[in-house]
Amino acid sequence: MKISCQNAPRFGDTPGLHVTIANFSQRFLAGLCLLLLAPFASATATVENYGYPVHDRYVATVIGTPEGHQADLPKDIPFKKRRLNVFPERQLPDVIWYGQELIYSEALQDRPAPLIFLIAGTGAAHNGGKNVNMAKAFYKAGFHVVSLSSPTYPNFVSAASSTGVVGDAQRDAADLYRVMEMIWSRLDGEIEATSFNLTGYSLGAFNSAYLAKLDEDRKSFNFRKVLLINPPVSLYNSISLLDRMTENIPGGEDNFNEFFDRLVEGFSKVYKEQDEIGGDFLYEAYKGMDLKDEELAALVGVSFRISSASLVFTSDVMTDYGYVKPKGLELDRYADLTEYNEVLSRLGFTDYYHEFFYPFYKDENPNLTRDQFIATASLTEIADYLRNSPKISVMHNQDDIILEPGEIDFFNEVFGDRATIYPTGGHCGNMNYVDNVALMVATFAEGAN
Amino acid sequence: MNSIMRRAPTLLVLLSLLAACSSTPPKTLPEPVYPEPVFAANRIVPEDAVSVTAVYDPWEGMNKRIYNFNYHFDQWVFLPVVRGWEAVVPSPARTGVHNFFENFRDVRTMANSLLQASPTKFAQSTGRVLVNSTIGLFGLIDVASSMGMARPDEDFGQTLGHWGVGTGPYLVLPIYGPSNLRDGVGLLPDAVLQNYIQDDLLAQPVRATAFVFDSIDTRAQTSFRYYETGSAFEYQTVRWLYSTKRELDVEK
Repeated sequence: MKISCQNAPRFGDTPGLHVTIANFSQRFLAGLCLLLLAPFASATATVENYGYPVHDRYVATVIGTPEGHQADLPKDIPFKKRRLNVFPERQLPDVIWYGQELIYSEALQDRPAPLIFLIAGTGAAHNGGKNVNMAKAFYKAGFHVVSLSSPTYPNFVSAASSTGVVGDAQRDAADLYRVMEMIWSRLDGEIEATSFNLTGYSLGAFNSAYLAKLDEDRKSFNFRKVLLINPPVSLYNSISLLDRMTENIPGGEDNFNEFFDRLVEGFSKVYKEQDEIGGDFLYEAYKGMDLKDEELAALVGVSFRISSASLVFTSDVMTDYGYVKPKGLELDRYADLTEYNEVLSRLGFTDYYHEFFYPFYKDENPNLTRDQFIATASLTEIADYLRNSPKISVMHNQDDIILEPGEIDFFNEVFGDRATIYPTGGHCGNMNYVDNVALMVATFAEGAN
Repeated sequence: MNSIMRRAPTLLVLLSLLAACSSTPPKTLPEPVYPEPVFAANRIVPEDAVSVTAVYDPWEGMNKRIYNFNYHFDQWVFLPVVRGWEAVVPSPARTGVHNFFENFRDVRTMANSLLQASPTKFAQSTGRVLVNSTIGLFGLIDVASSMGMARPDEDFGQTLGHWGVGTGPYLVLPIYGPSNLRDGVGLLPDAVLQNYIQDDLLAQPVRATAFVFDSIDTRAQTSFRYYETGSAFEYQTVRWLYSTKRELDVEK
């Protein structure tokens, strides 16, 4: 298994007029890997009379919002790629030589406007589908938009992570904050921002919560509003849930190849029947395949695992830790990496956590036990801050697949009426639904100028 | 980047030069011994494991070097030209140019549909060419698509595949990008056909520059950027995607 969601070529700007290899791969891989799933991103009072049409949590997570139910967004906005040399002194290993500069994107108004930062979910890029849709919604509503990749996106790891090993709530927030300050110092003078705002989905929502807290001390932005969309409560719980989803592969992991071939066949059938790969490609493919919930869960798990592989490999070569690459071995840019990908495709994110992340940081905090490490990577750590911060609100789904049973109650309990919990949507499946987009925009538009 | 096929002869010469360069055997030093990593392949990957996304790629070393060359060509030549093109030429004019070249690709599809003995695709592509060349003002306006006419896309690589020719090894072509031996060879007859038609139809100054504008247009339409995923596994992902797509296109 070598395919990877993250690895999917990404194409932000130019909608092709016909199916090139590029947009083919975008759709196809998105289909196969389930829209990247941003996997870190799932009782009580929920929204009533909610019209999101997909009622199965796994289906929602995988196919998102069918066309016809999506918010009406502009087809094109001036969404431009930018590059930032965060650590000019950094010497990257040759095998990831291209990762020196952080790539992000922005869409700027030509008049004074509020600015919003968007943080993508696990393994997702600044120009991934969900960030692009949010950028369109906020740009249309009159915001300057700056869109950032997740700290778990390989380009962020190589270009902007201070240590090259991500997953620590505070450190990741500090790395993001540094980038945001640098971007603003570049924009300051070129545009006028009437206020600073912040949102993110999935792991990006988790990052946003810690960023908001950091900003209380650093005060570079004094965020006016912060919106968390489908955050995990405990990082470790969520990655464990996602790791375990691969156990749902029919017949067990030994039958992975047959499972994978069946999926490819399903997508292929739809591809061959359609003249063009339209927006409902995923949905059509799903309908044609008749997948059971367990199989969808397996697909989510596989997609998460694949997205972890690129991240972990980047960290391994940056730090020469010796996780899958032998310590001391220098790989050049033409090296055959098949073997490492094969190994990583058989490991979970929890393996990374225990065998790489924890030992890597343990020296810094020799007094922290493994359990304490796990406990600190959680929104419960900053629950008091969240409870007493009226500027922070949350949108979540009662049936989110990355939450342990009962974890959803955390949001009602801590955020009170600043929490909007939808009854359906799975993990981020409803982000493009018309009501959700309306609420996202309204959250920030209220009182903004 | 299909349109570069018209320069396929030049490309293939260039390619064989590159192949020649890279065929010098790598220097063999005694392998230093490294400590075993936390998760070593010999413990994690079963010996009989088959990778589902494997693609036959005996020329990987050369291919990765061409892949790297293509990135630099993009940075220093192709993308700056595309940006200039987009800055100078207004969008409707760019669309016209795009449609104009697409019309020639529909002619290519006509020819290959004939060679594949596919009357449906032949009829569809012929209909498109007739409509777009007349009502569509020599192909500048894609009236056929507005009318909802299907657009099959067939080239000689697919024609060879249709008659059972295997893909051969994966091949990254200079400038053009991902391909395989069969599809790379298939570029030649398509290029010859296109040259032949354009010789007849286009005035000399237009014909001489057509290749350049076709290439610029195709690059502008292709949003893929080398190495931008940031993943070290991008090369093999693109390889698998290309191969899968071509396999499906042959069956389609």
